[in-house]
Amino acid sequence: MKEFQEIFLRYHALLQAAVYGSAVLLILIGLYAVLMKKHLVKIVIGLSIIESGVNLLFVAVGYISNHTAPIFSPGYEHAADKMVDPVPQALVLTAIVIGFATTALALSLVIRLYRHHKTANIEQLKSLRW
Amino acid sequence: MTTFILFLVVMGIILIAAALYAVIQKDLLYAVLATGVVSLVLSVFFYLLQAPDVAITEAAIGIALTTIIFIITIRNTTRDEDIYSEDLINRFKNKKDA
Amino acid sequence: MLKKIFVWFLLAVLGIALYASFGRAPFGENRVGPTDNPATVSAFYLKNSAEKLQTANSVTAIVVNFRGFDTLGEVTVLFLAATGLASILYRKEDEDEEGEHLPVRINLPASSIVRTGAKILFPLILLLGIYIFVHGHLTPGGGFQGGSVIATGFLLMFITYRRFGTNHKVMVWLESLSGLAFVLTGLYGLIKYGSFLQNTPDVGHLNDLVSGGLIPLIYIFIGIKVSTELTNVLDTLMNIKPKKR
Repeated sequence: MKEFQEIFLRYHALLQAAVYGSAVLLILIGLYAVLMKKHLVKIVIGLSIIESGVNLLFVAVGYISNHTAPIFSPGYEHAADKMVDPVPQALVLTAIVIGFATTALALSLVIRLYRHHKTANIEQLKSLRW
Repeated sequence: MTTFILFLVVMGIILIAAALYAVIQKDLLYAVLATGVVSLVLSVFFYLLQAPDVAITEAAIGIALTTIIFIITIRNTTRDEDIYSEDLINRFKNKKDA
Repeated sequence: MLKKIFVWFLLAVLGIALYASFGRAPFGENRVGPTDNPATVSAFYLKNSAEKLQTANSVTAIVVNFRGFDTLGEVTVLFLAATGLASILYRKEDEDEEGEHLPVRINLPASSIVRTGAKILFPLILLLGIYIFVHGHLTPGGGFQGGSVIATGFLLMFITYRRFGTNHKVMVWLESLSGLAFVLTGLYGLIKYGSFLQNTPDVGHLNDLVSGGLIPLIYIFIGIKVSTELTNVLDTLMNIKPKKR
């Protein structure tokens, strides 16, 4: 047990960079797709990747090292001191479902726009400008 | 414990690689499948961070349902990112026939 | 060219700001505190989920009971998205020329392995989904997860068979009735115990099938609602009539 603690303390910087770094990189990659790409479906793909990154960041903040999942199985009824934070998990549950609803609605708008304007390039949808 | 750290680092690298492939690839069907891979690896990540409820939710919603609605949208619009409108499709079709 | 430089600069600044702002919350630090004398909200929820509510899954207790009103908002958002999607993709009958009345989903039938396998797997997937949302308060799971699994089972049947259709009227009625039942359960709590979605005082013992008061009942309603809603969304999307070229 004690050697686990010292291994964790030694590689702590690497772990923090791995988990927080991959969440922040996901957000940046999705943001690049939203800002620079021209095809409508590619923009919605970028939106979906941003949402995945944000959810990962949330759950990673709630993790406590060497603790376990917040479920009181039979035999672990008094182990409440050794449990991970349950509040970010409840938030992320809601956020994943709402992200899926947003993506579905955005894609239905893409289908409708293509049906009307016959193009899926945002630079050619000129009639939407003021 | 070192296997835990190794798992996290390797999953992180696969996550970033799949996300980069999804954004760079011009054939939209492959990009959508890469988004599905991002959801899959994210679900394993959530399990390793001791959050089983979130892992089941991400696996059920992100892998099957999001991929299928993207594929239906690609079927009703264009498949290639560079051939994005009706007259471009017709122009390439006529050039191939003629 | 200028836009590219600007976008790269913005991404760099955003990345550095996001990563540095989590330096104050180092990975793996214990921010919950002791649960005997709860000093944070998380410790309070963990302690009362086992003692006052006798629910094994504390994330379920937070989503349905402590933060039940936010779940009502989430169910509303999902309902609005499904309705909006159906109304955006609506196509009047006379806008299309003479097409066949059967929705052309796929052009070739699936192979016989897929057809046989889908017939065997479909009831098993439905059973798994119902198991997940009935046992939501004991094991990881719940209404949203079980509903998505059931919708995936219906998707398998939609893809494999050309003429598989669900009875649209039955699905719409089931969805509306279960949403209404969720709100009525909240009102029952309001009338009998004083506040909206308040739980009953008799909550049973930990790890029983019937424990947690109103929590499994609410999750069953949410599970039925989410599964029929997502099946309706998939049905709408797969029945878009193709254009005549």
